[in-house]
Amino acid sequence: MQKLKDFAHGALVPVLLLLLWEAGSRFGLFSAVLLPSPTAVAIKWWAYLLPMQPQEAGQSTLAWMLSGELLHDAYSSLYRVIAGFIIGAGLALPLGLLMGASPRIYDLFNPLMQILRPIPPIAYIPLAILWFGLGNPPSFFLIAIGAFFPVLMNTIAGVRQVDGIFLRAARNLGVNQWTMFTRVILPAATPYILAGVRIGIGTAFIVVIVSEMIAVNDGLGFRILEAREFMWSDKIIAGMITIGLLGLAIDTAVSRLNNHLLRWHRGLEH
Amino acid sequence: MNEILINNVEKVFKTPGGNVVALKDINLTIKEGEFVCLLGPSGCGKSTLLNAVAGFQPPSAGEIVIEGKKILAPGPDRGMVFQEYALFPWMTVGQNIAFGLEIQKKEKAEIDLTVNQLLDLLHLKDFRDRFPKDLSGGMRQRVAIARVLALDSPIMLMDEPFGALDALTRRNLQDELLRIWEKLGKTILFVTHSIEESIYLADRIVVMTYRPGTVKRDQYVDMPRPRDPSSAAFNDLKRELGRLVMEEQQRHANDELKLAAVD
Repeated sequence: MQKLKDFAHGALVPVLLLLLWEAGSRFGLFSAVLLPSPTAVAIKWWAYLLPMQPQEAGQSTLAWMLSGELLHDAYSSLYRVIAGFIIGAGLALPLGLLMGASPRIYDLFNPLMQILRPIPPIAYIPLAILWFGLGNPPSFFLIAIGAFFPVLMNTIAGVRQVDGIFLRAARNLGVNQWTMFTRVILPAATPYILAGVRIGIGTAFIVVIVSEMIAVNDGLGFRILEAREFMWSDKIIAGMITIGLLGLAIDTAVSRLNNHLLRWHRGLEH
Repeated sequence: MNEILINNVEKVFKTPGGNVVALKDINLTIKEGEFVCLLGPSGCGKSTLLNAVAGFQPPSAGEIVIEGKKILAPGPDRGMVFQEYALFPWMTVGQNIAFGLEIQKKEKAEIDLTVNQLLDLLHLKDFRDRFPKDLSGGMRQRVAIARVLALDSPIMLMDEPFGALDALTRRNLQDELLRIWEKLGKTILFVTHSIEESIYLADRIVVMTYRPGTVKRDQYVDMPRPRDPSSAAFNDLKRELGRLVMEEQQRHANDELKLAAVD
């Protein structure tokens, strides 16, 4: 009952806004081309979700149900985010661990990182196209850059803040350097690293939408730009809502993973 | 012989304000199975001496020798219990205790057996799968003691292990420690600034001076255990050691006031 109340409380503002918007559209306050009514957007979103072709012979019902444009776009975008993120974070994590653990390696790489870090991933678009042409590769490249720096900076900070008492206790127990790294420094740094992962995924998600506007012909970013060319503002908004939902889903998944991996950590509810 | 030989140990810390002589002319022989307390006010170098024996900070001059070997680095033959517990928070109680054995590449079955025995010994059975954050200070220190016992090291080093605990938990753990020490026959070097704690526990109390840290009194405690803190003998010794410690504490306080005046 309390949950229902909380939900109603949280839904109050969005619902009120939707009602105003709908009413405004009905009374002709907004141009239907520039700002279609919520119902028009919902109808378009539904059509976008449903399969475009009738079920073919030999096609399974599930495959058919999942053959809609929206699901295809969402899958393409998600695939790019994950692939690009894995490349970026996969490079940032070992480098960050090394830079955090060794002042010499830090001094070696830090100047370069400080110069590259302020360059927004979007500024790499021209190079990305020159180097990788069209299709997924330039997207992967841009997303990897977007994910790289948050993970790198947090990993460095995470390794550096490891409490000396853990290192002393581990040395006392007789660990060698490798075990110190894998069993003590890495887990002690996970709260920071995972915070970097969360920021990195968020950046990757921003970059994927931008990258899809330049070099590919599917994905949510591509779809809303395409819709603009046809003045389909209902589809643009439907696409944007899908982007929001997908982003929320990704963030929820990462946050769940966080809570699981950090179940030992003080100050976390689980 | 697992004696700890401390020969002419000196430790100098270089600080921006000049050199600080933390330890000077320390000569001690700690016999196998002996329970020795290092007692003194803050700044007397008792923890510095313990860290030197642990191998964290080798002395500037002199040497510490155990089993014919000069101590230069930390090692599992000298398990240490820290005041801050220093449990690995990402490991459960069981994993913390097992960690030292895993490093030594012991068989899994053997590790399990040892961990179970230690959980029993320290009354931690129901906490095996808990994380340290869910435990009270007293329970955490039990786990830290179990972790060191798992190493089966002949020597245990303890750096004010019960300093952060309330009085009742403290007495409770002191009794546990004595029980374990009597059962397992470890050599224990125990740092404390509590006079009562040192008399309650130790065979021998080494009272240290404030800067430079030297041995002020090497006092054997010849009372049967369990010792009664309200007995006359206990209190005579407490008064005597209290006088010694307070002399050093006064020097410490004067020094701090002087420093404050310079500031």
